[in-house]
Order: sequence, then C-alpha cells, then structure tokens
Amino acid sequence: MLSLTCPCCGITAEETEFAPGGEAHLKRFGPGSSDEDFESYLFARKNPKGVHFERWRHAYGCGKWFLAARDTNTLEVFATYKAQTSEPPADVIAKIKAKRPDWEGYK
Amino acid sequence: MSDAVSALQGETHEGFVTVAEAGLMGMITIRCDLGSKGLAKALKAERLPVPGPRRIETVEGRSIAWMSPDELLLICPHAEAPALTERLSAALSGEHALIVNVSDARAMFTIRGAKADQVVMKLSPADVATLPAGEIRRSRTAQVAAAFWRSGEDEISLVSFRSVAGYVIGLLEVSARKGSELF
Ligand SMILES: [Zn+2]
Repeated sequence: MLSLTCPCCGITAEETEFAPGGEAHLKRFGPGSSDEDFESYLFARKNPKGVHFERWRHAYGCGKWFLAARDTNTLEVFATYKAQTSEPPADVIAKIKAKRPDWEGYK
Repeated sequence: MSDAVSALQGETHEGFVTVAEAGLMGMITIRCDLGSKGLAKALKAERLPVPGPRRIETVEGRSIAWMSPDELLLICPHAEAPALTERLSAALSGEHALIVNVSDARAMFTIRGAKADQVVMKLSPADVATLPAGEIRRSRTAQVAAAFWRSGEDEISLVSFRSVAGYVIGLLEVSARKGSELF
C-alpha cells in the first residue's frame, strides 16, 4: 500500500485519498518551441523502476497539489514537498542518496 | 421567503448506534489568506477564532473548521447564515477573500452512540481511532468526499455534499446495522 503525507495539511493517508498527477518537474514547451521539445513535453515521460518524482493532489482532503519523491518498485516514499518547486530540493536529494547510494541522481 | 428543507428532512436509522441527517444547518465557506489580520478581526467581531490547521472550534453554537491552507468552514444555525455571510463579506471587503453561503449545497449527519466511530471506520480510509477531539478530518466515505469530527462524547458529525446525501445516509444505515460492530 502506498501512504503519502500531504505537506499542505499534514495528514498521512493511503493512496485512495489522493489523485495522481503524473511526473513532476516538467518544463513546459509551448508556442514558439521546437517540434522536438514540444513533442517531448507532451508525450515523453520517465518510467523508472526505482526513484521517481511525481505530482499528487490531496483530492479527498485539503484539495492541494504537492510533489512526492518515491520508489516505484518498493512504494517507499522518501519525501513529499510543496508543488511550487521547479526541481527536487537539496534536502530531498540528500534523503534519497542516503537510502539509495547507487541512485544515478536527478536528470 | 421559500420554505427551506434539508436534503433528507431528518431521516433517522437505529442500529448499534443512531444515524441521522441533522436537518437544516447553516454553512459558510471562507476562502482567503488565513494569516491575514483582516480575517482575525472579522471573526473576532463574531466571537470566533481562526482555527489552526485541521482544528474545529465551537463557540456559542457555531463551529469554525480549518478545511485547507486557504479555506475555513463556518457552521451555524441555518437562519443565521445569510446575515452572517453579509457581515463577514462587508468586514473582508478590503481583502482578497471569498465568503459564500453554501448551506443549501451541503448535508450534515450525526452518528450517536457508544461505538459511533466504528460506523465511520468501515467507510473511510482515515484512521478514525486516533482522530482527536477538536480535529476535523476531510476524507471520503466509500465513494464520496466527507468531513467528520468528534462533536461530543460518543458522537461524530459528518458533512457531505447535498447531492449525495441519499447515498451517505444509505452508507451510514448499512454500516450501523446491529450485529455489524467491529469490536
Ligand atoms: Zn492535504
């Protein structure tokens, strides 16, 4: 079972109280961008077995979006943090590295 | 004025506890910066506090609950809600705030009896057993959103959207049937 702690209201709840929002930290490519960038923004998603960064919404709770760093293989959640973050914060990276020393890192 | 009626007009079921639709309730949604001085002042004039995260405070027959980092729910007698909404709107007119009377968009239920929390435990993924008094928990009951809190000894109050009130009383009635206690 996947349990997440919402950083907006502090509640720890199981997965069905949340709505998944796909990969986190995407950079938007809109009008004026190259076809390759636009296509990659629309369709290309990471699908790792292991460390992954995701968007979640506390849909049945406070209603807010947040981000989560977790292991897609073990369902271990390393951290949840606020949505207004364009890349994983240093403390989140440090937590992951402490638990997954051979993780190749973000990007 | 039109004759306001609640969603289920007090429908009640007796099981190992009593579940009932609570009848007409006033509910006002307040959305704004919860840390603003204007909000604290506006609520103070109504003798109400600004509740901390996930708290619900009851003062003189009204309750005020923390719903999200920018939202409060004020529960009051149904007849009071329109005037209270107007007073709060006027008091917060200088703020980036939204005060809406949502009384007729909601339904409220009470679950009363020694094992009241077991009725909700069966319906919600929330850890009801550890829910402290004075805390409101937004979660779901089966397939619909609900918020609930311990409103008294052996009593839980639950709020849902009015459009699903029939579904919620059905859930509560089945969950409270005699012989289906968890422990
Ligand atoms: Zn939340």
